[in-house]
Amino acid sequence: MTDNSNLDEMIKQNQEALDAHTRESVQWHFNPETGSPYWLEKAKDFDFNPLTDVNCFEDLNKFPLFEDDELRGGPVDRWIPKALLGKPTYVFETGGTTGIPKSRVVIDDFRIDYENFSDTLPDESFPKGSNWLMLGPSGPRRLRLAVEHMAQYRGGISFCVDLDPRWVVKLIKKGKIDEVKEYSAHVIDQAMAILGAGHEIKCMFTTPKLLEALAMRLMDEGSSIEEAGIKGIFCGGTEFTQQWYRFAREELLGENVYITPTYGNTLMGLACGRPFDPADDYKITYYAPQPRAVIRVVDFDDHTKVVGYGETGRVKLFTMTKELFIPGFLERDEGEREVPHAKYPWDGVSGVRPFHEIAQSTTVGVY
Amino acid sequence: MLEIPVIRWGKPYESFDQQEVVHFETGEPLAKVHQANAGLVKMDMRKAQRARDLLREIPVSKLLEICKKAADLYMTAELPLGNGTQTPEEFCRIQSASTGMPEWMCAGNMKKVAFVLEHMNEILDSLTRGLPLDILTQGYGKEERGVMMSYQANSPVLGLVLPSNSPGVHTLWMPILPMQIGLVLKPGSSEPWTPYRMTEAFCQAGIPRECISVYPGPHDVGSTVTELCKRVMLFGGQATIDKYKGNPNVQAHGPGFSKILLGDDVVDRWEDYLDLMVDSIFQNGGRSCINASGVWASRHTEAIADAIAKRIGPAGPTSMTDPEAPLAAFTMTGAAQSMNGSIEAGLSEPGVTEVTAQYRDGDRLIELERCDYLRPTIVHCKNTDATLANTEYMFPMASVVQCEQKDMLKNIGSTLVCTAITEDEQWSQQLLDATHIDRLNIGPIKTNALNWLQPHEGNIVEFLFRARAFQNETPAAH
Repeated sequence: MTDNSNLDEMIKQNQEALDAHTRESVQWHFNPETGSPYWLEKAKDFDFNPLTDVNCFEDLNKFPLFEDDELRGGPVDRWIPKALLGKPTYVFETGGTTGIPKSRVVIDDFRIDYENFSDTLPDESFPKGSNWLMLGPSGPRRLRLAVEHMAQYRGGISFCVDLDPRWVVKLIKKGKIDEVKEYSAHVIDQAMAILGAGHEIKCMFTTPKLLEALAMRLMDEGSSIEEAGIKGIFCGGTEFTQQWYRFAREELLGENVYITPTYGNTLMGLACGRPFDPADDYKITYYAPQPRAVIRVVDFDDHTKVVGYGETGRVKLFTMTKELFIPGFLERDEGEREVPHAKYPWDGVSGVRPFHEIAQSTTVGVY
Repeated sequence: MLEIPVIRWGKPYESFDQQEVVHFETGEPLAKVHQANAGLVKMDMRKAQRARDLLREIPVSKLLEICKKAADLYMTAELPLGNGTQTPEEFCRIQSASTGMPEWMCAGNMKKVAFVLEHMNEILDSLTRGLPLDILTQGYGKEERGVMMSYQANSPVLGLVLPSNSPGVHTLWMPILPMQIGLVLKPGSSEPWTPYRMTEAFCQAGIPRECISVYPGPHDVGSTVTELCKRVMLFGGQATIDKYKGNPNVQAHGPGFSKILLGDDVVDRWEDYLDLMVDSIFQNGGRSCINASGVWASRHTEAIADAIAKRIGPAGPTSMTDPEAPLAAFTMTGAAQSMNGSIEAGLSEPGVTEVTAQYRDGDRLIELERCDYLRPTIVHCKNTDATLANTEYMFPMASVVQCEQKDMLKNIGSTLVCTAITEDEQWSQQLLDATHIDRLNIGPIKTNALNWLQPHEGNIVEFLFRARAFQNETPAAH
């Protein structure tokens, strides 16, 4: 139990740690000996010197907004800090249904991010040593390797399915709904085969749509997620709404299966959901893994201005790891700014949903 | 404030997601409507068969009585609605306030719904061609002439994805429950009123509550209803119609492109039919698919266009409570502007002239703070190739098209209601044979004067039931 004075002190300490982390990150990424070619080149056009003029987190507002279109195309090693050159490197992609996908190079970040996230999971629902089902997108994405690493970090093995979300988006855009349903069934077939094969799977990553499909398939076959042996699920995506959370707990899973929402993308680690509390009425609040990544809820018209607590704004993301520096990127989502929590003594965001100005043009696929 | 829950097989469900329905003129919140999520629908549809099973426990003759009682309740009773109640007058007021339809038109649509319910026995008798209705219950039975008949329900429920702006369409789903098929209603966001009031009227009249679900919600709720119900009736624009073309599970209703064709044998007496043309274009705010959007004739077209324009051109918006208010408002931002832009583009083509402008004080488009109006528009087209010769907009707008009688059927395109005024027997036969015409009126009948004993855009009985062979005894040797 943390009283308010303790929380205030924790907030203050975390802010100081964030400022210190910001200074350290800027020194790393803009030092000619350690920084990446991308940022060293960019710095030439700035009307400020990051090495001397950025002394706290607020100073990141001096940078122009990061545009994720910059992530398209090669050479991808322009993103690698010089100090890390030569280390085994992965490239992960996002989007990419048409045209050149956005890429992010990663060395160790995905392992660090998911280890940090793993440490927030309750062991009684995600027993150490348990095997996992990764029921999500495969291919050139971070998620599969990250979940697999987390399973290994927790002493288990991750079983995966084949799921190409780009193909599904193409089918939807062509109006081939029957083929989308067939593909979805094909993915669930794979999950059912894994769950029925005696692998003693107890934990799962999935998305709201796939969890619905899996739970209903199991019900149709006279079983359930619980009877299939699953104890804990972490689940991501903007479709994980307050209403869906309630629906999932009350109707899909039952009270013995734990589910926790997460929010993240390739540019950041995983933001954790505020621990479930019946008093919250299933409200979902996310907290970024500070100081490696920071979320701010900002004014729709002025991204340098944070909105008041409880007010609505656009989600702005900052990432500051040894491998990646993103000094402010406007996510395609909006939400309400939330007060810090004892477990996460910094700002959170709730009610995350697609940014209203672009929501209608987004195609949501099978996952 | 009025709060309206989701209804899951009769049980109210309060969702965390709610959407306000607001007054189209003032923005004042009228009600909070709880929103379903697609998963709820998926979960509930696993139990859809129970709706039909329960309805089959009630004889059709009893269901027909229930329809009559439901009509009375719908028209006269103060019925529960969410956390409140609603009188018929309140129903008209709130429907008008959210849809932009004048109150008297809302009351008119109520009467249409009630009429259909009161005459359900005749309607089913007509649509089933006199089939003993217990055959639909039992699945088979013998007709009076001794022939074995068998009908199999294609689906235990009918899914309906309903529109926001056309309360008149609700008549189409009234015959479903008496045929012992359950209802899965996805109301339009601005028009939850009819589905909820009708549900309450049906249930108070004796339909088991477990036979109806009502799922207000976002688009994915509509697409889930469409995906999971094996028979679906939905409403939308031409793109929606095209999307479901050829899908036997879906009956898509959209623009009608309804027309009046004046035969060469009567066209010189066109003035005799002026009232008919005006009413077909103008009644019900010109908002319906059965309103005429075209008048085709081989001659006198400029005079016809001018006479219609003179009658309807001056009409403009008045109060929603005006018992003669002629126009409905456009409540969706940008809709009226978009239509007006398309019409202006069409008018720039050669041979196309707007005739109404001279009778109208001001522009066609009236933009207000929270809604817009489009004033009646009559266009003259000298040829059938003009874009505006075959368009439909949801206000009193029609094109008077000059076309030789022999070329009309080749050029009218898909037509929901075709009123052909002629006594030319040869042409009448061609009209009867034209498969691109759905409802055919031969004679001076308004396009919007529907006989409910006739099928509309396909026979609903044939949509819901499959005629098939059934034998329980060896047939005679042959």
